Amino acid sequence: MQENAVAGSPVWRRVKSVLTHVLLMFGAIIMILPLYWMVATSLKSYPETLAYPPKFIPSIPQWINYVDAWHSQTYFARYFYNSFYVTIVTMVTEVIMTIFASYAFARMKFLGKNILFALFLSTMMIPGEVLLVPNFITITKLNWYDTYAAMIIPFTVSVFAIFLLRQHFLQIPFELQEAAYLDGAGHTRFLFQIMLPLSRPPIATIALLKFIGSWNAFLWPLLVTQSAELRTVPIGLMSLMQDEGLKYHIWMASATLAMIPVLAVFLAAQKQFLESVAKSGLKG
Amino acid sequence: MKFGATLGKWLDMPVGATRWTWRKFWADTSLAYLFLLPSLAVIGLFSLYPVVKAFTLSLTNYFSPRVPAEFIGFQNYREILQDPMFWKAVKNTAIYVVGTVPVTILLALGIAMLLNRKIHLRAFYRLAYFVPYVTTAVAISMVWAWIFHDQWGLLNYILGWFGVPAQKWLLEPKWTMFTICVLAVWKGLGYTVVLFLAGLQNMDRELMNAARIDGANENQVFRHITWPMLSPTTFFITITAVINSFKVFTELFVMYGGRPGPLREGITIVFYIYEKAWDDHVMGYASAAAYILFFMVLAVTIFQFWYARKRVHYS
Repeated sequence: MQENAVAGSPVWRRVKSVLTHVLLMFGAIIMILPLYWMVATSLKSYPETLAYPPKFIPSIPQWINYVDAWHSQTYFARYFYNSFYVTIVTMVTEVIMTIFASYAFARMKFLGKNILFALFLSTMMIPGEVLLVPNFITITKLNWYDTYAAMIIPFTVSVFAIFLLRQHFLQIPFELQEAAYLDGAGHTRFLFQIMLPLSRPPIATIALLKFIGSWNAFLWPLLVTQSAELRTVPIGLMSLMQDEGLKYHIWMASATLAMIPVLAVFLAAQKQFLESVAKSGLKG
Repeated sequence: MKFGATLGKWLDMPVGATRWTWRKFWADTSLAYLFLLPSLAVIGLFSLYPVVKAFTLSLTNYFSPRVPAEFIGFQNYREILQDPMFWKAVKNTAIYVVGTVPVTILLALGIAMLLNRKIHLRAFYRLAYFVPYVTTAVAISMVWAWIFHDQWGLLNYILGWFGVPAQKWLLEPKWTMFTICVLAVWKGLGYTVVLFLAGLQNMDRELMNAARIDGANENQVFRHITWPMLSPTTFFITITAVINSFKVFTELFVMYGGRPGPLREGITIVFYIYEKAWDDHVMGYASAAAYILFFMVLAVTIFQFWYARKRVHYS
């Protein structure tokens, strides 16, 4: 009796389950549709993109569109190189700096620790847009305008990442540290031999977040670069859109190419990634 | 003496320490600062210094590094508050916040409730809803510009099935904020779903089952148990979503080819700042606008904390 009161009758359960799937599938189709439409259009011939009613499946996939997209801009290969370069250097530098900063905040006693940590956290409250103008001036004064440094260095610290890794470091038992200390291991050896091997998942998450953020970045790289040799993929795409001569199938092929690296990285690590996103919200 | 002790506590100095612990404390302090130095340098130069710098700039007519700037007090602020374009930007930003945050939260909560049980394909659904979140903003805005195309776009075609006449989405100013909101809800929904799902899974199910056994129906269980227990998650999501929507820019910039919508009708606050700083080159003025944005975000956040004070239940 009471079992039924909680779970409902078998027939009702069945109906509910089917309804749930219908709703969820409908939503999932809407979410995937724009991405599907991008890929479908990217494989159509030019006349087919203008067919009405539109075709959901390209009659003959035109893989050549990708070659055309690649050659549509003189510097497309260069944009990819730049994006990879900026993304990977930013990511590696950030991870190294985050490890040291998080360790200091989690495991060391030092002068001014709490004040410094509060200062770090307070920067999370500032909307990045407030910093655009003064940072642009700073970059110009440092003679970093139109260099890789301008795109990389301001993004090598993420307070959120430091906070995340610090939380993880705090959970590792302090007894381990005392034991290591008695064995003559100082902070640096303890960090590298004990803490880091225990911290692969949060470090991977931090790296992944930075990879996605850095690859997708638009406004700042647009502001601090000028020469085509230094521009990244999103900015290259933007100039493609302003080129009137190009058509939608080439646009969509270029957009697909631009997204392949982030989507590949995300899909490879999605389980880990979704779990860390979920955790980041629970602290709120 | 008392002052010294308080200061020492504030600076995290050890209390009643021996010479040996003091020596270790100073050794640790130097090592810690060595560890923190790179981060501190970047934060100082690109986050802390510019907060001050933006404010001092906002009180000048700064134009270019070659022209000396003059101090003009709050003149920039006065001019901005009298500029109809700025108020249009505020209005559009407000429309965007109101048009995205509640819709995203309601849809995401619904989806998370549906996903919060043992069902087949759960991992697939979660992935499908989340994928848009990691897409490249510029690329995906191009895709949506194509979907919104008035002649060959997918949206007009699908709406045609239901007898809705074709609209000029990207050409008529009345649709500008709508198109941006659709794109934003689509892109941000999955992130919110994942956060809600985590909140739901973190809950104690026994309380709900006990209520059901006591005869509460699903509506009552949701209203009196699930919703209050979920309130910290909802609060976190609302705060971050509102702060983020104040910064709407890239999608608008790309979908409308670098312009703030047709006839400039879709301008937002960040777009206004961008145009002042990089088209008109009045950087002091732009900094003042940025500071106004900062204070607006701060005021709205404080209001939300005040509003939530009795409505959020931390167990």
